[in-house]
Amino acid sequence: MELKFILNGKKIVTEIEADSLLIDVVRDLGCLSVKRGCESSNCGLCTVFVNEKPVLSCSVLAARVEGQNVTTLEGLQEEAADFGAFIADQGAEQCGFCNPGFIMNAIAMFRENPHPDDEEILAYLSGNLCRCSGYEGQLRGIKAYLEFKDSQKGEA
Amino acid sequence: MLQIKQYVKVTSLDEAYELNQKKNNVIIGGMHWLKMSSKSVGTAIDLSGLGLDEIVETDDAFEIGCMVSLRQLEKHEGLNYYTSGAVRDAVKDIVGIQFRNTATIGGSIFGRYGFSDVLTVFMAMDTYVVCHKAGEISLREYAGKKADRDIIVKIVVRKRPVQMAYVAQRHARTDFPTLTCAVSYMDGTWNAVVGARPLKAEIVSSDKNMISGEDPVTEAEDFGAYVAGKLTFGSNMRGSAEYRKQIAAVLVRRAMLAAGKDA
Repeated sequence: MELKFILNGKKIVTEIEADSLLIDVVRDLGCLSVKRGCESSNCGLCTVFVNEKPVLSCSVLAARVEGQNVTTLEGLQEEAADFGAFIADQGAEQCGFCNPGFIMNAIAMFRENPHPDDEEILAYLSGNLCRCSGYEGQLRGIKAYLEFKDSQKGEA
Repeated sequence: MLQIKQYVKVTSLDEAYELNQKKNNVIIGGMHWLKMSSKSVGTAIDLSGLGLDEIVETDDAFEIGCMVSLRQLEKHEGLNYYTSGAVRDAVKDIVGIQFRNTATIGGSIFGRYGFSDVLTVFMAMDTYVVCHKAGEISLREYAGKKADRDIIVKIVVRKRPVQMAYVAQRHARTDFPTLTCAVSYMDGTWNAVVGARPLKAEIVSSDKNMISGEDPVTEAEDFGAYVAGKLTFGSNMRGSAEYRKQIAAVLVRRAMLAAGKDA
């Protein structure tokens, strides 16, 4: 069947099967940041935005995004590079395997709640499994990033 | 691995109902649980084009479309004001925000899952399930029925004055619960709904004159023991029946005291 949708701002027309999953379709279209970690709706590594909301692309039928806006990390380069570089400088992560999904979900949080408290940050992070840490590094990194952004605004 | 031959985004509930009468066809909600199966599905029926993804609050009820996501429940101010945050507490540890953005209330209720936080919290209120053919039936009755091929259209919560609280026991945040518990006080009766026993949620209500409110701490302890004594518990990898029975008494006590604080 034919699927028309918008991927990272570009109109896409592609052929899919009825049971094609969104993760496979966006990967076939070159969005390799979207990874299959657990395939049981748990790890958050396959996070993409559908109409600006973070969802698990391993559990979304591609047919369901007909006419919708899908965004992957590739479509958020500026925001992602800014936050990703800051997190790396902070040494917030160890192996980095969870990083693509983590950055997507962190960006979703910044957009929904620009000034989250610790509990709200941890609630967001709980959708992204990190087996290196107890999320302490990411929590510290996100807080430092938000402080840095606020200080930049103050200087502007 | 789940296989699907055909995908249909229906344009009416009648169309969905007709398609759903065939045994190997299935309604897709959030598809998280379905995807874990190795079913071979003929037609996947998608209700997402029917506008059933809204929570409508009226003077006397909340009407929650079957395609409303768990995240919408978590963020709905009216529903959480009415339940003193119990609905938010019930869904906030279900996997993660991405999961809750697509998991639906219709799928959660239809599945009548033994581990369901959602079923537990809604059973503690005056809740009804509106099915396309069978019409409106109480959630407590629906929970006891076997799955059939009717379609949940919406969940209706009647706004009877209620005090309530929700607590669950999990080994780790976002894991399946070892026990779920919602306690409510409505029309002079205390209700405790306990799920993940690991059986699906059941309700135990207080008898007349059982709770006077004179000594809340002792009465909450007694009600916890009473509820735990009335229910059946089972064992699985998350806990033994004996453990669950002990925990049930504690959770009921805590939830009752928390609900009573709003009095």
